[in-house]
Amino acid sequence: MTQLTKHEPTTIYIKPSKGLAALNLRDLWVYRELIFFMVWRDVKVKYKQTLLGMAWAVIQPVMTMLVFTFLFDKVAKLPTEGIPYPVFSFTALLPWGLFVVALNQGSRSLVAHNNMVTKIYFPRLILPISSVFAGLVDFAIAFVILVVLMFYYQVSPAWNLVWTLPLFLLLAIVTALGVALWLSAINVQYRDVNQALPFLTQFWLFATPVAYSASVISDKWQILYSLNPMAGVVNGFRWALLGTGNGPDIALWVSTGISILIFISGLFYFRSMEKTFADTI
Amino acid sequence: MTTAISVKNIGKQYKIGAAESKFRYNMLRDVIVDTVSAPIRLAKAMIGKSDRRQNQNFVWALKDVSFDLEEGKVLGIVGRNGAGKSTLLKILSRVTEPTTGTVSVRGRVGSLLEVGTGFHPELTGRENIYMNGAILGMRRAEIDSKFDEIVDFSEVTQYIDTPVKRYSSGMYLRLAFAVAAHLEPEILVVDEVLAVGDAEFQKKCLGKMGDVAQQGRTVLFVSHNMSAILRLTQEAIVLNKGQMLMRASTQEAVDFYLSSGQAQAGQRVWDVEDVPAASAPFRPISLKIMNRSGKAVDTVRSTEPITVEFEYQLDAPVTGLRVGMYLSTMRGEYVLTSFDTDAPNLFEKFDSRGAGRYISRAEIPADIFNEGRYTIGVNASSFGVRRYFMDENAIAFNVDISGAPGTHWPEPRVGPVRPRLNWAIEKIGE
Repeated sequence: MTQLTKHEPTTIYIKPSKGLAALNLRDLWVYRELIFFMVWRDVKVKYKQTLLGMAWAVIQPVMTMLVFTFLFDKVAKLPTEGIPYPVFSFTALLPWGLFVVALNQGSRSLVAHNNMVTKIYFPRLILPISSVFAGLVDFAIAFVILVVLMFYYQVSPAWNLVWTLPLFLLLAIVTALGVALWLSAINVQYRDVNQALPFLTQFWLFATPVAYSASVISDKWQILYSLNPMAGVVNGFRWALLGTGNGPDIALWVSTGISILIFISGLFYFRSMEKTFADTI
Repeated sequence: MTTAISVKNIGKQYKIGAAESKFRYNMLRDVIVDTVSAPIRLAKAMIGKSDRRQNQNFVWALKDVSFDLEEGKVLGIVGRNGAGKSTLLKILSRVTEPTTGTVSVRGRVGSLLEVGTGFHPELTGRENIYMNGAILGMRRAEIDSKFDEIVDFSEVTQYIDTPVKRYSSGMYLRLAFAVAAHLEPEILVVDEVLAVGDAEFQKKCLGKMGDVAQQGRTVLFVSHNMSAILRLTQEAIVLNKGQMLMRASTQEAVDFYLSSGQAQAGQRVWDVEDVPAASAPFRPISLKIMNRSGKAVDTVRSTEPITVEFEYQLDAPVTGLRVGMYLSTMRGEYVLTSFDTDAPNLFEKFDSRGAGRYISRAEIPADIFNEGRYTIGVNASSFGVRRYFMDENAIAFNVDISGAPGTHWPEPRVGPVRPRLNWAIEKIGE
């Protein structure tokens, strides 16, 4: 910044904002290094002073997968479109795990960092954004486990479709961030969000085809079902990796549309509430 | 000269009272209605149509404050608690938005509102330097280039790779201040950080702030420490109840601040809204310093007795009440403490005081004070039971020593008292 101080200093105008707040993404760009440092700190601190450390990123999805396998494969014998159940469910648990971490950490991010919010200026959007990105590290570790599982069960990936995977990953991130923007901003004023989160997460899991296949839902409910953007994400992951399901159909576009709607509206809601954060938190 | 900060008519309004009404249930019915309607209320609140709006009160933490500050100047801000100092700094550092008015700020604002923000106990000193630097708006390259300087300044070199949770609180604060002090913004906002660390480190911090000012940076400095304000700033503004009362040379502003609240020379009057509700049934009305002829004055002569008169109202009978004063110098040394029921006969006679209006009056004899400025704090309490009211800085007055003992030598004398002692000189031998 020594160079920067030599530059002509820019003038900042501070005044009460009215109506819809401008998104001011330029400011976010100026502070991009802070996003990096926040993600780095979250990852670094997350498993400090734990016995198993990073192994937790593996243990959590694997244990869930084992429980699901017992309940839904051995006991309930749910159909899996010819894919071994562990691989079938783990493929869905990958984006789901990312979503849950992003949703929970993101929604709590403002309140958790209230000392930063009340003491210094920085674009508040950085807090939910970096919480969501921090979940990507666990995602990457769990992804390695999926590759191992696929080798073990000799499931060959749908090579021609795998390139679409980053798009579905992006959809998962956009969805999680959109919901986190809404909930983190509401949480500043109403801590009810903290109480609702575990319940919301559980409810959302049942409404998403993680443990079961979306094909068990009858056709007439498919569109209603696709209003859940995570349904689109999970189906997309299975389609891109395993080749099951329909691929991009109306349901997927509905999911994507809803997800973008939540994200954009969340962005504006967050920005319009931002000016009161330091006073109400 | 270019203007670094230009503040125009800014005001900041806060809502109060909303939180209390939320949890005040009177009847079970209310509780049930409240619980059932909770989701509707939440939805309403989210779209901004809160039905609670009407029973909210608003207060102006800051109102119509305007000033310009030129580049490279150091401005002090003084005021009592709640005067709006911190709100002003928060607006300038963009933590919170003003309700009215505009501010233009030329350059990066570095705030030392709270050092160590974003420090994580599990991270090492080194990691926290990078983290904290980024939070304060420093680029990574900038932190790299200043890293050694920061570590040297903080005096924690040996422990730089130890998690900061193992640090002593002094080490922690030193490291935190070191990062903030090396931010090198065009405008530095400082609020009470000089309370950190030991005397030696404080000296170093003051030195660093002096350097910052000499490098041509603009500094806003808030402190309760008048000697630090006097040392570091040439100019200051005085805030009171959210309003800017004056802007003047620091010496003048500090004097004004210390004697503020005096409605006229030698008299302090409390308005109803100045008195905390918790003081009831005691209500202070006025405090006067009077000379021999009974006139309220700001300057008294040390060779004359002075009268201190405290008028107050009791809205209900009070048992065991004692009303009194603490007298101290401007530097904060106490000179004396005295209560109206110190004398046994008054103590018995006024064991209980009925509701009504009272005056407690004390005469301070002549030949007590040395030259200088003194403050009187007032206190009303029932010993061991309750303190009703206290104002540690209720009034200030000057003492003129013309005619006092020893004034034929034109030299200042140390010590707050200058009594006329009965000296005798005897020759006891050849």
